[in-house]
Amino acid sequence: MKPTATRKFPVAIRLPKCPTGIQGLDEITGGGLPRRRPTLVCGGAGCGKTLLSAEFLVRGATQFDEPGVFMAFEETEKELKANVASLGFDLEGLVRRKKIALDYVHIERSEVQSSGDYDLEGIFVRLGHAIDSIGAKRVVLDTLEVLFASLPNEAILRSELRRLFRWLKDKGVTAVITAERGREHLTRHGLEEYVSDCVILLDHRVNDQIATRNLRIVKYRGALHGTNEFPFLIGAEGISVLPITSLALNHQVSTARIATGIPRLDAMLGGRGFFRGSSILLTGTSGTGKTIIASNFAQAAALRGERVLFFSFEESPNQIIRNMHSIGLRLEPLVKRDLLRFHSARPSLYGLEMHLATMFKEIAAFKPHVVIVDPITSLMDLGTDSEGKGMVTRLIDYLKAGQVTSLFTSLTQGGKAPQQTETAMSSLMDAWILLQDFEGNGERNRVLYVLKARGMAHSNQIREFLISDHGIDVVDAYIGASGVLTGSARAAQHALEKAAVLAGQQEAAQLKREGERKRAALERQIHGLRSDYETEAAELRRIVEQAGTRTLVLGTERAASSRLRQADAKVAASTKNKVRAERMHP
Amino acid sequence: MKTKAVNPRVITAKRPAAKLWQLRLYVMAQTPKSLAAFANLKKICETHLKGRYRITVIDLVKHPRLAKGDQILAVPTVVRKLPHPVRTVIGTLSETARVLVGLDLRAADQPT
Repeated sequence: MKPTATRKFPVAIRLPKCPTGIQGLDEITGGGLPRRRPTLVCGGAGCGKTLLSAEFLVRGATQFDEPGVFMAFEETEKELKANVASLGFDLEGLVRRKKIALDYVHIERSEVQSSGDYDLEGIFVRLGHAIDSIGAKRVVLDTLEVLFASLPNEAILRSELRRLFRWLKDKGVTAVITAERGREHLTRHGLEEYVSDCVILLDHRVNDQIATRNLRIVKYRGALHGTNEFPFLIGAEGISVLPITSLALNHQVSTARIATGIPRLDAMLGGRGFFRGSSILLTGTSGTGKTIIASNFAQAAALRGERVLFFSFEESPNQIIRNMHSIGLRLEPLVKRDLLRFHSARPSLYGLEMHLATMFKEIAAFKPHVVIVDPITSLMDLGTDSEGKGMVTRLIDYLKAGQVTSLFTSLTQGGKAPQQTETAMSSLMDAWILLQDFEGNGERNRVLYVLKARGMAHSNQIREFLISDHGIDVVDAYIGASGVLTGSARAAQHALEKAAVLAGQQEAAQLKREGERKRAALERQIHGLRSDYETEAAELRRIVEQAGTRTLVLGTERAASSRLRQADAKVAASTKNKVRAERMHP
Repeated sequence: MKTKAVNPRVITAKRPAAKLWQLRLYVMAQTPKSLAAFANLKKICETHLKGRYRITVIDLVKHPRLAKGDQILAVPTVVRKLPHPVRTVIGTLSETARVLVGLDLRAADQPT
């Protein structure tokens, strides 16, 4: 069965895998457990070894048509059936339909005496019989180590176990062997030295009174696998392993934009609001209006006909509806139309993992377009920083994979720079809007600005916003000598600007009048000049006419005198004619 | 369980001859180990339970189903079905002292 290493291709491609069907585990292991090989699952008491192996069998039988044998060394068949029934698995029915064979192996040390050499053929026979009776492809041995306590002569036991694992491989079954976690070794009795193909370590830790289960693939021969610790849950539908970070970052992205419900905030975000499927962080100290903006966003989305899921960890749904009503947001009809759904839970109700699982479940059931978490910080306080971050990452991953737009509000502590307090989350967010209080002039005013918005041109301005009985108004920015002006200072500045505008208008009007007057004066002057000119021209004409008359008269007089003198009459006559002709044809 | 040490003694003291020991020997085929176990068991029984015992040999190769009933893990295993309670000894039964303790044969010895 050993994979030959002569091929150039990595073994991972050819290594056959056996899907577990357990949510998330197949993703981490790249397809499941090594097929036809034993896998060791080890961990301390109560960390879910038995459930994990039972689920492996049940899912194998129900989803992959691979019957399985469960050999229990610790729990009786009855106990086992009852235990897995709590996860919704019908072991009884599967046993009846010959999909699963149960065998409870019990041996009481006090009742057993040993004398001389022995072997474990009894187990082989029982296992072999069980496998053959249902044609099993999967085998679980839970917990084999009990044998160390009940059987004497460890040397025989060890050699027999070694034989057992080889026999399981030869049988061609995919086996899961559970073992108790040891102090120095992975398992108390060093079973890992026999099962070397795949080792999964389970762990149950309590931090700050909140327990978290973790799963880690210690070893997976011949295959790529996630090496991190992955938190997992035992929920109502079995185990789900939640990869902190999805192994790949390859979400579908959308270029569609969705409005925030506050038109001027949209304007600040490149005019069209957030990207669909993006994650939005809304931070601010208490009383800065986070929930209001979130509700606005929710209402806008629901009014567009999208489904909105609102996780509230501080207020009850009715309280939010009532409070939002006071500022003119009517959420109740949207709730009635089932476009808006609230899910309220106290953060301390259960651990981080359980919260996450519940949220996943709600999201999967409602299939929302928009998810609002108000506030994410009260959830993150439940775990350590890294757990909190891990949770948000997983949530965002999950939402992004489904193209769900998510808005998280975050309560920042006063005194620290908000950019610092949110390091855990900010890098995961596509857009970040900061809400702040400005104190001054005996007032407290709210401002907001867009700290970042990936992939869009956004306003860099700090804007004041007002919460009135008809919702949120982002008002014009007034920037004074000491920064942004808010509240009454803004009003004063506004008045000042108005006065300035008025003065300017008056001045302009005056200038206009002055101009008019000048023009009128000019026109008058032009008129005067023209009339002067016309007078002169008339004079000129008169002079010219007078001169003409004088010539005629002169000519006539001259002719008369020449006639009187009788001198050169012919010449005179022709001159007379010439003058006449000139007068007729000038 | 409390009376485990007392009970057989009382019963055997009252009706010593009526007490029949039923022993089952589980083996896997006719291996040297199986044969050794059977020989050892027979020898011990002849010494301590002459005429009061019955040994049933069960070959698990032929009857794998039967392994489950008596919770057989190791082979060979001898199970004392009667008298109660059930006692089990595993191995080839080569150490006689241990077999006597395991099957509680010393108690059976005394009244006879």
